[in-house]
Amino acid sequence: MEPGGCILIKGGRVVDPANNLDETADVLIENGVIRAVGRPEVPSDCRIIDADGLVVAPGLVDMHVHLREPGYEYKGTIASGTRSAAAGGVTSVAAMPNTRPVTDDPSVVGHVLDKARVGGVVNVYPVGAITKGLKGVELTEFGLMLEAGCVAFSDDGATVADAGVMRRALEYARAFGALIIQHAEDPSLVSEGCMNEGVTSSRLGLPGIPAESESIMVDRDIRLVQLTGGRYHVAHLSTAGALEAVAGAQAKGLPVTCEVAPHHFSLTEEAVNGYDTYAKMAPPLRSEFDRKALLEGLARGTVSAIATDHAPHDEDSKKVEFCCAANGVVGLETLLPVSLELVAGGIMTLSQCLALMTWKPARLLGIQRGVLTPGFPADVVLFDLMEAWQVDSGRLHGSARNTPFHGRKVRGRVKKTLVSGKIVFEEEKY
Amino acid sequence: MEHETTILSARETLSTLDALAARLAGTITRPDKRVVVGIRRGGAIVAQLLRDRLNHLLGRQLPLGFLDISFYRDDLNTVGPNPVVAPTDLEMDIDDKRIVLVDDVLFTGRTIRAGLNALFDYGRPERVDLLVLVDRGCRQLPIQPDFAGLVMNAGRNETVKLVTGPEGWKVVLKQVKRAS
Amino acid sequence: MSANHWNRKHLLSMRDIGRGEILSILDTAASFREVNHRDIKKVPTLRGKTIINLFYENSTRTRTSFELAGKRMSADVINMSVASSSVKKGETLIDTLATLQAMNPDVVVVRHSESGAQEFLARNLNAAIINAGDGRHAHPTQALLDILTIHDHLPNMGREDFQGLKVAICGDILHSRVARSNAQGLATMGAEVRFVGPPTLIPAKVEEAFNVKVFHRMEEGIAGVNVVMMLRLQQERMAKAYVPSIREYFHYWGLTKQRLALASATAIVMHPGPMNRGVEIASEVADDLERSVILKQVANGLAIRMAVLYRLCTPGSRS
Ligand SMILES: [Zn+2]
Repeated sequence: MEPGGCILIKGGRVVDPANNLDETADVLIENGVIRAVGRPEVPSDCRIIDADGLVVAPGLVDMHVHLREPGYEYKGTIASGTRSAAAGGVTSVAAMPNTRPVTDDPSVVGHVLDKARVGGVVNVYPVGAITKGLKGVELTEFGLMLEAGCVAFSDDGATVADAGVMRRALEYARAFGALIIQHAEDPSLVSEGCMNEGVTSSRLGLPGIPAESESIMVDRDIRLVQLTGGRYHVAHLSTAGALEAVAGAQAKGLPVTCEVAPHHFSLTEEAVNGYDTYAKMAPPLRSEFDRKALLEGLARGTVSAIATDHAPHDEDSKKVEFCCAANGVVGLETLLPVSLELVAGGIMTLSQCLALMTWKPARLLGIQRGVLTPGFPADVVLFDLMEAWQVDSGRLHGSARNTPFHGRKVRGRVKKTLVSGKIVFEEEKY
Repeated sequence: MEHETTILSARETLSTLDALAARLAGTITRPDKRVVVGIRRGGAIVAQLLRDRLNHLLGRQLPLGFLDISFYRDDLNTVGPNPVVAPTDLEMDIDDKRIVLVDDVLFTGRTIRAGLNALFDYGRPERVDLLVLVDRGCRQLPIQPDFAGLVMNAGRNETVKLVTGPEGWKVVLKQVKRAS
Repeated sequence: MSANHWNRKHLLSMRDIGRGEILSILDTAASFREVNHRDIKKVPTLRGKTIINLFYENSTRTRTSFELAGKRMSADVINMSVASSSVKKGETLIDTLATLQAMNPDVVVVRHSESGAQEFLARNLNAAIINAGDGRHAHPTQALLDILTIHDHLPNMGREDFQGLKVAICGDILHSRVARSNAQGLATMGAEVRFVGPPTLIPAKVEEAFNVKVFHRMEEGIAGVNVVMMLRLQQERMAKAYVPSIREYFHYWGLTKQRLALASATAIVMHPGPMNRGVEIASEVADDLERSVILKQVANGLAIRMAVLYRLCTPGSRS
């Protein structure tokens, strides 16, 4: 299909949370842009996509993805990562800067964007490092990196542990209205820990990471937000304590937001039993108490986004002793079905659920995505809300297999993904 | 349906033992050297009953020992699941002794082979006689009893067993379905 | 009545080992103990079987115990000490796995510094795996030999079984696989287990995880108990702020004659070894043959390891 052509997505249930729309309608795309939603006049040469029985929604926006390129191409590339995204209905990803070299310089931002243009199939938005080399000492060039195309700043993977540096980062970011994303784990409390501290870690004899390692860091950062007025976002928030802190800050009107990852709201520390390295990530899977708190935070609106923290790994990094295994799980292809469990579980409506994966993260990042508003890029996902399937790590579309959801029975199957009017994914027919 | 035939009733078992004890006693020239050793589990029962009779016939207490051959099986894989390992109980010195090795049913000869090996890890007896309640045939090793209460030819697909019933110990024959 | 069934391929932890299984091991061990007291201490049981002792951590006693156990049962025993240097050189478990697979062993006895390493090997290797200690997680043969040792002393305590027996496991629980495996095994046998030690050396939510009672003061923890099990305190715990000094540790958590007097009059003292005299245990207690059963633990270790090898090599364990 030519991007310049005309496409009509016909007869689907169009759910566009930003426009408060949930009804059967047609979506008309022209020149890669949304032209109309409703019952538009259709040019005669228009290609028709039958969406009868499917949900038609804005392409998903995942604000926390590791593409691994440059530097770790053996774990994943921009090409393989964006292919996973397309297969998961994700049309825009924010790429974390912990690559080699680190995205701490405008030239690396340019390199990532260039690679994405050539080999990527979905929109890639680089996140720049807060500090040079993720070392937590010197700030990067926020202004120049924003101009080069960065959408936010994070030392993800590492935590900005030094309170003085975090204060400066939040303060300096105000000059550009930039968003500071913190991977909140106090390194001294994490120490040698490799899973959540609790009954399971005690039984398995694995060094534990207390939930307070996260909440203490978030508490501290919120005080720094109060001091500086910088925009602050907690990445992959995983504990009840940190969520309470974020809710408190929001009640005070502070510019504090957070995202949660599907694995944190759907799995607990018990998934580690058997020393499953596919259940290892940072922050770790938490207790049932924390998981329930996340569900409540999602229902109450404290959480602004569902983000995957998609982190592909080569087999060698995972086929080792649990404590030696690399942190991280892939998530792009399970984002939608696992998140739809929130809808099936009565936690929220379909529209609210999709909002957390579309316009809400898009607005945080300041990108023109995640809506079906006429005039906006035609990023669209078509999915069957009820189709049941079983996650199979061997049949993922990226190169990595490290999903904690292998074998899980889920509902919600992506049928087609369009980026700027171009079909980038179509479910294979058997 | 598993078919079960009684070979020796409880009464016949005891009378067979009486006869065995009498025959054995007739050959004993040095009762001070004699030791009765039963192979667990069936042989231990026969050995006990036999020893009581010998004590009576000879008018003296013969030492009695028990041998567990679990650790001497020639192929671990032929041991059934969850083998019951019972202690070996050979308190007496068996060097230069004349051993009466006792088992309930003599079949392939492998148990006796294992029993002899076990026995020789405890000492060097002067001689060993083999006494069995029933010799059912189908030998796979060159082992023959010196004393047998009953000699018969059971088929390969039949088992002969010493079992306990309301009247006491008896010997039965069962058809076994062979797993193909 | 549960039959004394043993139906597992591996021995990885004590977590789900039933009472019947433990009893079956104790019974078998009793028979092997008899073998170990004969002039000819060798039986042909495991002739033709290959046992590999794969030790990623140095432990002369445990390795020797398994080696002797295998040899007394006529197995071929190969010791592979994966020196820490070659681990540092990047030899991973996966590399070792390939080497092992090529040797086609029947049993691999593994000691490793990382919790869960044996479960990884068990998933990827055909052989039966015996966990000879993994990180802080489990050391099931130690627990079994400790249970056998306690079992031997039940009559002296005027008891028939473990029901209601009070066992205090004392010291560095946090880093101890011996404590974890014993807590699970002893609880299965019906004993009441206590963990005693400074709060910094007690794992999180341990009451729930192991169904034990926690005491921070030695005097309260060992009051009236039937068994006092002391654990080794590694010297490096000082550096990571778990305890301030050996002097202070021994002062509050060392087992002295005065403290032992608080336990039951027939209480026994155990230690998995190697002991740190003057750190967790006073010599006057360690060498008191009236109370200390530490040497009996070593002797029972051999019989238990023979029993475990036997059980894992009989076909019922390979369903
Ligand atoms: Zn992170």
